[in-house]
Amino acid sequence: MPRFTAENTILAKEIIGRYPHPKSALIPLLHLAQEQDGHLAEDAMVHIAELIDHTPAEVIGTASFYEMFKREPVGDYLVNVCTNIACMLMGGEELLHHLEDRLDIRPGSTTADGMFTLEDVECIAACTEAPCLTVNYRYFHKISTDEADQLLEDLRAGRRAHEIPKHGTLARVRQSIPADRRAGAAVPGECGQPVWMTPKDDPEDAPA
Amino acid sequence: MSDAESKTSVKITIDGREVEAEDGELVIAAAERTGTYIPRFCWHPRMNPVGMCRMCLVEIDTGRGPALQPSCMIPASEGMTVVTDSDMAKKAQEGVLEFLLANHPLDCPVCDKGGECPLQDQAYSHGPGESRFIEEKVHFEKPIPISDLVDLDRERCILCDRCTRFADEVAGDPLIHFIDRGAQTQVNTFPDEPFASYFSGNTVQICPVGALTSRAYRFKARPWDLDQVESTCTSCSVGCRVAVQSSRNQVLRYQGVDVDAVNWGWLCDKGRFDFESIHAEGRLGEPLLRADEGHVTATWSDALGRAAGAIEAALASSGPSGVGVIGGAQLTNESAYAWAKLAKGVIGTDNVDAQLGDGLPAEAVLGLPRATIDQACAPGGTVVVLGVDPKEELPVLYLRLRHAVVEDGVTLVEVVPHATGVTGLAAHSLVHGPGAVADVVAQLLAESPADAGGIGAAALAAAGTAVRSGPVTVILGRGNLADRGDLVASAASRLAEGLDDVRFLSGLRRGNVHGALAAGLAPGMLPGSVSLDDGREWFHDHWSTVPSDRGLDTEGILNAAADGKLDVLVLLGADPLSDFPDHDLARRALAGARTVVAVDTLPNPSVRQADIVLPAAGYAESDGTTTNIEGRISRLSQKVTPPGTARADWVIAAELAYRLGDDLGLESLDDVFAELARVAPSHHGLTAEGVGIDGVLVPLDRDDARTDARTAEDPVGLQTSGGDEEPTADVDPEAAEAAAEAEAADTEAGEAEAEAEATEAQADAEAADAATPDEGDGVEPVADDEGEPAGPGLPAPVRFSATAVAVPSPDTYSLRLLTTRKLYDLGTTTQASRSLAKLAPGAVLHLHPHDFDRLGVEADGQVTVSNREGGRGSVTVPVRPSGTVPKGAALLAFLQPGGQAAELIDASAVVTDVRVEVAR
Repeated sequence: MPRFTAENTILAKEIIGRYPHPKSALIPLLHLAQEQDGHLAEDAMVHIAELIDHTPAEVIGTASFYEMFKREPVGDYLVNVCTNIACMLMGGEELLHHLEDRLDIRPGSTTADGMFTLEDVECIAACTEAPCLTVNYRYFHKISTDEADQLLEDLRAGRRAHEIPKHGTLARVRQSIPADRRAGAAVPGECGQPVWMTPKDDPEDAPA
Repeated sequence: MSDAESKTSVKITIDGREVEAEDGELVIAAAERTGTYIPRFCWHPRMNPVGMCRMCLVEIDTGRGPALQPSCMIPASEGMTVVTDSDMAKKAQEGVLEFLLANHPLDCPVCDKGGECPLQDQAYSHGPGESRFIEEKVHFEKPIPISDLVDLDRERCILCDRCTRFADEVAGDPLIHFIDRGAQTQVNTFPDEPFASYFSGNTVQICPVGALTSRAYRFKARPWDLDQVESTCTSCSVGCRVAVQSSRNQVLRYQGVDVDAVNWGWLCDKGRFDFESIHAEGRLGEPLLRADEGHVTATWSDALGRAAGAIEAALASSGPSGVGVIGGAQLTNESAYAWAKLAKGVIGTDNVDAQLGDGLPAEAVLGLPRATIDQACAPGGTVVVLGVDPKEELPVLYLRLRHAVVEDGVTLVEVVPHATGVTGLAAHSLVHGPGAVADVVAQLLAESPADAGGIGAAALAAAGTAVRSGPVTVILGRGNLADRGDLVASAASRLAEGLDDVRFLSGLRRGNVHGALAAGLAPGMLPGSVSLDDGREWFHDHWSTVPSDRGLDTEGILNAAADGKLDVLVLLGADPLSDFPDHDLARRALAGARTVVAVDTLPNPSVRQADIVLPAAGYAESDGTTTNIEGRISRLSQKVTPPGTARADWVIAAELAYRLGDDLGLESLDDVFAELARVAPSHHGLTAEGVGIDGVLVPLDRDDARTDARTAEDPVGLQTSGGDEEPTADVDPEAAEAAAEAEAADTEAGEAEAEAEATEAQADAEAADAATPDEGDGVEPVADDEGEPAGPGLPAPVRFSATAVAVPSPDTYSLRLLTTRKLYDLGTTTQASRSLAKLAPGAVLHLHPHDFDRLGVEADGQVTVSNREGGRGSVTVPVRPSGTVPKGAALLAFLQPGGQAAELIDASAVVTDVRVEVAR
């Protein structure tokens, strides 16, 4: 069970540095851990606790509130099929059963090759497009069983890698906050006008 | 609470009655104080309110019309109207209870809490009577262990947040937390990371349902089988008040009693669970005499006769100094006095020491101006932790300090040989190289400090400013058993000399060590905190004899025994073979003493070597009083009968005196108490009633003596142990006032005479100072303002002045040994308590990462630590790097399984230097 890699530890410390209190970095760090391992490994949570100087119990207390932080290993692609009323009426359950047969797993479990995890979920707020599913939280609307098969095949073949990264991936472009815009960089009320509000033709007015 | 008068009060109306509340006081507290009970689960008077359970919903009108509000979250404000029993409030409370019971299993018949359960009680008193829920209740795996001591049944949990708040706010160990918040919210630990807090047992006591149960008590009794008395915990010297609960002559549980001045209802796990040692297998119930192999049981008259015979032979052959008495720190004040009288007033020996070479000079403990816990924790003050680790040695004091720092803005400065349990609380943590404590303190007090003990001048200057800025309480203890206690004592004396407003709180750990020292169980001391020389004349009037010269301390007694110069060695509940920091000397001493008499409750290595073993009544088996770190005398109560024919220690002393042809004149416990109050100057004027229920500070004329005690007429605390739903230790103001007045009258009578005597006594004291062997570098004696003589002819209290001790510089090949105490160790009581026996962390050598790297060994690899140059042995233990240990030091905890640091220590050396090599 992995802790943060050396590279991610540096990144984690940078993230912690953006906040006035280390504890504020907890959720970004949980995301980082999930991105690294595809789920929240126990050792990663222990490592986060060490980094923000809290106990692992406090970390898991927060992490366990959020459905989208997975504490068990998840496949590369998390397939969530909606079975709430609109989708159910439009064939959501049939879609789910079809995927169960196709992947040979029950909802809530992962294929042996670690590629897919199937879940049935409550309403994902796309009732006009029923039946729908998400793969790693990317929507597929009005999806037929054939289209679903095609989707699985594409994912297996890596043909959709450009639009659906592996589970846990947050973004391809890492957020970067300049030092002068970070929390705590200036005393609120004393920092004047934010840099991004300064007119472009007069950059001299920017606060130091 | 003490500044209650200074707060403005507001008038509020509760159920039609106008009452006064402090501005900011919570409605639920104001209602309770004035006699209206509002049901609650989550609110606890010693923790911050959270409004979690909603049970305390009442109608509150602040002028905008009545609305249902949680009374635990609303501070009283002027003109507020509160209705606790309206239809709306009742309906709300019934609704809350119905919801709480929707998921709570109805397994009361097999639940430990049944019969003392706030949920059960309030379901009857404030519940709807019937539930409309027919749905399946939530299910969890039945009790799971969350620590070695506590089980958690999550089905029963009502999510009141008490245990998790306690862990976070009070103990500072947030190892349990709400997890899986939502329909399946549960309290739990992180997987494989148990709730290994020193205070976990408190969560069992404050749990308002049976979710948290103690493994030691599970299924042992029902509350209605239990009978209880209020007593004082003597596991350490903080003096927490406890309710001792028993059934069928078996002590089954301790519950903390809420006392403002001391423990606020909390107990540490060691104190809470060591009741198991009372009925441990192997308790001594009959006198034993050494036979060819092991011991054989004997009658009391045989055993006492043999002991008296040995003492008489010793007196005949070598005089009084042929007898030495070690121990007594676990005795009651009364027993300690009886033994002091036997040893010093009948036998005439001054070779008496209640400490086992692991404490501080008695003059330092008794002679420095003393603080109370409340004074130490008063907002705005500064606390200097000198040497001791309060979390390991005095756990509940740690809780009070933690509260003082976190909530009341007390500044904590630690001057310690390694990072401690309070390091995280310290504004200034001065971790110095071993043996450098006096230098560090000297620089701390200097105007422009220089580097000292490996600490930079800037850090010392910053800490120095904090120390000089306000009233200072120094918590003084022995942080390192591998160097001499004089080192830290001389540092304390520098603080006493260098600061204007400074008081001391002793950090000595053994149960009643302060009572034993005050009763004269120390060389050069007589009962009542007076030195031998000052008190000789006074005690000649009361005792048959008084020792002529200052005697030996434990180290001296053991040396004499090892050299064959000691005829009789009496061990009063002492186990030098385990507890004396120099095992080599202890072994030679026990072999060399001609007769060893052990008075004890449990067999331990020293008892097994004794020639005569006299079984003593232990904790909860005899009445008496005990003295805590503040000098507070509080009551110990008998709850069960001692095993076999074991007797109270003072009875054994009286019996021995009789057989030596003398008479202690002590026939009952009341006699002993009365004589102690009559002859011991510091206890002058003390009465049994005066001790009250919360105890009393001695000397009685201390300015803080009686601010907070409940009196005997108002024993409310006794009703509290079942739950915490009753007002626990609230002071009955009238009773307290009456008691204080009575006391004032007492002291006033003596005052005039006292003044007349003062000059003479002072002259005496000065003479005594000159005669004290410790006298050295001309440190001014510390004046104890409160300690003026309290009656005619009474000798003045002892004063302390320390000698500077030269510390040899370490050689390049050696590391300097640091030997500290952990809460759990191989101590007899801990090992006799089934729940605690396995909690000792084990012997592991901790080195600074720099020193560790030089060794070239993996973490947890075995190393051999030896002190052959010092003429001592070696131990082989695992080694780990640790940032808490200073460079050049080697930390090995005392009395741990797997390797005894005491094999390395030479008691006569100022510091202990050891070699560390990779084990082959």
